[in-house]
Formats: sequence, structure tokens, C-alpha cells
Amino acid sequence: MQVPAPFEYERATSVDHAIGLLERLGSSARLVAGGHSLLPMMKLRLANFEYLIDINDLHDELGYVEVRHDEIRIGALTRHRELLESDELAEAFPIFRDAEKVIADPVVRNWGTLGGSLCQADPSEDLSAVCTTVGARCVIRGRDGERVVSMTEFHRGPYETAVGDDEILTEIRFPVRGGGGSAFEKVERRAGDWAVVSAGAAVWLDADGRIADARVGLAAVGPNTTGLPEISAALTGRDPSEELYDEAGRLAAQGCRPDTDMRGSEEYKRHLAGELTKRALRRSVERARERG
Amino acid sequence: MQVSMTVNGEEVTREIEGRLLLVHFLRDVLGLTGTHWGCDTSNCGTCVVWVDEKPVKSCTMLAAMAGGHEVRTVEGLAQNGELDPVQRGFMECHGLQCGFCTPGMMMTARALLNENPDPSPDEIREAISGQICRCTGYATIVRSVRWAAAYEADRAEAPAATTTGGAP
Ligand SMILES: Cc1cc2nc3c(=O)[nH]c(=O)nc-3n(C[C@H](O)[C@H](O)[C@H](O)COP(=O)(O)OP(=O)(O)OC[C@H]3O[C@@H](n4cnc5c(N)ncnc54)[C@H](O)[C@@H]3O)c2cc1C
Ligand code: FES
Ligand code: FES
Repeated sequence: MQVPAPFEYERATSVDHAIGLLERLGSSARLVAGGHSLLPMMKLRLANFEYLIDINDLHDELGYVEVRHDEIRIGALTRHRELLESDELAEAFPIFRDAEKVIADPVVRNWGTLGGSLCQADPSEDLSAVCTTVGARCVIRGRDGERVVSMTEFHRGPYETAVGDDEILTEIRFPVRGGGGSAFEKVERRAGDWAVVSAGAAVWLDADGRIADARVGLAAVGPNTTGLPEISAALTGRDPSEELYDEAGRLAAQGCRPDTDMRGSEEYKRHLAGELTKRALRRSVERARERG
Repeated sequence: MQVSMTVNGEEVTREIEGRLLLVHFLRDVLGLTGTHWGCDTSNCGTCVVWVDEKPVKSCTMLAAMAGGHEVRTVEGLAQNGELDPVQRGFMECHGLQCGFCTPGMMMTARALLNENPDPSPDEIREAISGQICRCTGYATIVRSVRWAAAYEADRAEAPAATTTGGAP
């Protein structure tokens, strides 16, 4: 039987209360959101904390998807299921619905949260790849107020983020621009499993149908989810074409850093990184064109 | 610490350790052994119960986290001594063999039907995709849930008549 080591359980009643508790208890305390990453680690005793601070009562404060004309804001306690079911979000950035359909399974999606996914910083986390792709910025709150960091700054390494011991991730934000399309592709060994490799793409077309900007984010092929600026540089200003997707796929396969493990060999993962990048770009362009 | 929650409509309060998982609270503290416990790693789904009507893998939730919430287990599916149509469907269509996965399957199926009274076989498969039947009786589980959906549709049409349903 797997049981976490003993700890004290506390419930936060507001974001400020959570920060106050974290400040008092320091690194001996951890927030628990959905618990679907933290509790399995604590059951295996890979993680031990003296205090767990349950933030689920903050869902009213931190569970929301706000789609504005120029920016989208999503609260950290928004659950996978809420991301999946948001029509407004799917309309503006279909990459979220694509990804959420294949993240874990419906029961896990009832509880797992956006914030927990990003803060877990597992290199295979699909939502991190999505956030990297859409150019999300993370809002981190502490006693002295808020700071906003990019996804590159947010992920410091596997299971390590920019969130300090006495801070909480409250929101992610990303810009909405015209002419955009996005998509997510994933290969897993069986339904509900973590990715062998997954890839997100977002493309913005200008009035002439040329690529004004393009972004790709990969998961499970390096120490953190990987954004590939060289792909953005190669695609910007070009006309979408199969040759161009091939070129981007080659850059993805070369630029990532997968390891051989039980999910596949390094070679196979590079192949997938290339192929999934191509598919995600192709679908993003199709979607951008459909929306006009 | 003390925790209070509603389990199958009854208020319970117990002294527990913070680290106690909901599945063990239900089985060992309350004696509700209908909820099974299998993989212990949130992969098999035999431990699925509802918290505020949403299915959760209770091996991956602290009992403390369910405090103040409404929990429903397989013991709470039957109402007034009458089996839930999902339970009847599993009987009619051989939805169980060894029965190990059954409580979790039935809780997920009931939640699905509450949201979508007429799910397609694919929608049923998707709903139970995080749950494992080691007897591999998936086809009959899907049929059982379809049976329950058809039974409930019949009953809604002809509320007074007693109907036997019938496998769709
Ligand atoms: C069976 C199974 C399959 C899965 N499959 C996939 C998959 O295919 N793809 C995928 O991407 N994920 C998958 N997951 C992970 C799932 O998405 C988790 O729900 C998610 O990783 C963590 O979210 P959570 O809310 O449960 O976080 P928790 O477990 O509560 O927390 C995780 C970490 O984040 C910290 N944290 C949480 N919220 C905050 C916050 N607001 N501010 C600061 N720190 C915070 C916690 O302290 C903890 O360290 C799977 C999980 C399971 C159990
Ligand atoms: S025992 Fe909970 S999912 Fe298997
Ligand atoms: S009936 Fe035996 S595990 Fe499903």
C-alpha cells in the first residue's frame, strides 16, 4: 500500500492566505491543487513535505477562462475539463481542445489543473508545450505583489520552476492576434498515457496569406518543454507549403534533446518530433485559412 | 485532524490523519468496501467515486480534501432499495465478470448518463478510457451502459408503465 509520509493539512481560504501560510512554513510546505501529480509522488515518497496547503477552495478566485479581444487569461486552478469544454477558448486557440482531449483520461481531467500541470514541470507535460506554443506568460504572486515571466523563464529544469517557496502561480496570459490558427499532435502508447512525443503549433498569416509568425512547442523531448525559436525564424515571412513544413520538421528533429527510455528510442522520438511538428503546422495553417 | 463530509447522503465526522487517502477512508474507516482499490497509481479506476457528482480516482485524493463535500460511492447508487438502471444494465448485459472494476465503471457510467442521457458506444468508451477491466469485458460494459440509457429513455416516455427495457 502506498501512503504519503505524515504531514499537516491546511486549507487556504484566499490567495493571500495561501501566501501567508507559505511564508510562515517555508520549504516544508507545498500547495496541493488537483493533487494528481503531487500525491502520486508523495505516495512513492519521491516527495515529502511537512505541510500541504489545499488551494481547491480558491476555485472561485482562480478558476476561469477569460477571452478578451486582445488577450486570454486563464486562472491557475482551472481544471483540464474546464479547458476542454470552453468553446470560446477552442474558437480562439483550438490547440487547447486538441491537447485536452488527449491529456490523461476524463476522470483525471475532472481534477488536474492548469497551474498544477505547469508547476509540476514534468518534461512530458502537454499543457506546458501548449503554453510554450501560444507564448504564454505566467503570473506569479508573492507577498510583495505580482511578477510576470515567460515560459522560458518559468521552467528552470525538470520539476523546477521560477515559483518561489512562498509564491503561487495565479494566472497565465497570452495575446490574441488576427489571422491565427493552432493545433496539437501527440503520440502515446495507449489512451490516456503520457506522450512519447507531443507537438503544438501556432501560426499567424498576414493579409497575403504569408506566415507573419509561427511558434512550435514540443513535450517529452528534453529537460523541459521546448520552444524552438529557430523554427519561428525559418517560417516567418514565407508562404506556407509542404516543403516549408518539411524544413520545420527537420529543425524540430535536430533541435530537440530526447533520451531513450521505456517510451521509445531517441531516434524514434526525433522522428516523431519532426513528423508531429509538420502535422501541427499544416493543421494550424488550414485553421488560420478557414477563419480568414 | 477532524474531517466531515456527506457520504451517500449521510453526514460523517471522523478523526483522521492528514495523509489518509479517500479510498482508505471509505473502505477502512467507514467500512464501505464497495469501492475497490487496485493499482494505487491512478491508472485503473476501480476506486472511482464521486465528489460533488464528479468522478474522481479516490486513491489520488486525500480524505481531508473531500471535507465539506458530498461523496457518493457504489453503495449509494441504489435508491430506496431499487437498483440504479446502470446496475440493472450490468446484470442484464453481463457487464461484469470478476467484478473488480465494476464499482468504478458504474460510477463513471452513472455520471456520464447524468450529463449525456444517450451516449454513443464511442462516447462510453471515451468516458471509461481511464479505467481498466482486467477481464477485458469492455464490449459488455458498453452494452450495459447502452441498456441503462435505453431503459431510462423508455421510462421517461412511459412513466407509468413497467418496462423491461431490452438490450439495444
Ligand atoms: C493517470 C494520469 C495520467 C496523466 N496523463 C497526463 C498526460 O497525458 N499529459 C499531461 O500533460 N499530464 C498528464 N497527467 C498529469 C495531470 O495533468 C495532472 O493533473 C497535472 O500534472 C497536475 O495538476 P494538479 O492540479 O493535479 O497538480 P498537483 O498535483 O496538485 O500539483 C503539482 C505541483 O504543482 C504545484 N502547484 C499546483 N498548483 C500550483 C499553483 N497554483 N502555484 C504554485 N504551485 C502549484 C504543487 O505544489 C505541486 O508541486 C496525468 C496524471 C495522471 C494521474
Ligand atoms: S486504485 Fe485508484 S486508479 Fe487504481
Ligand atoms: S470484470 Fe473483472 S476486471 Fe472488469
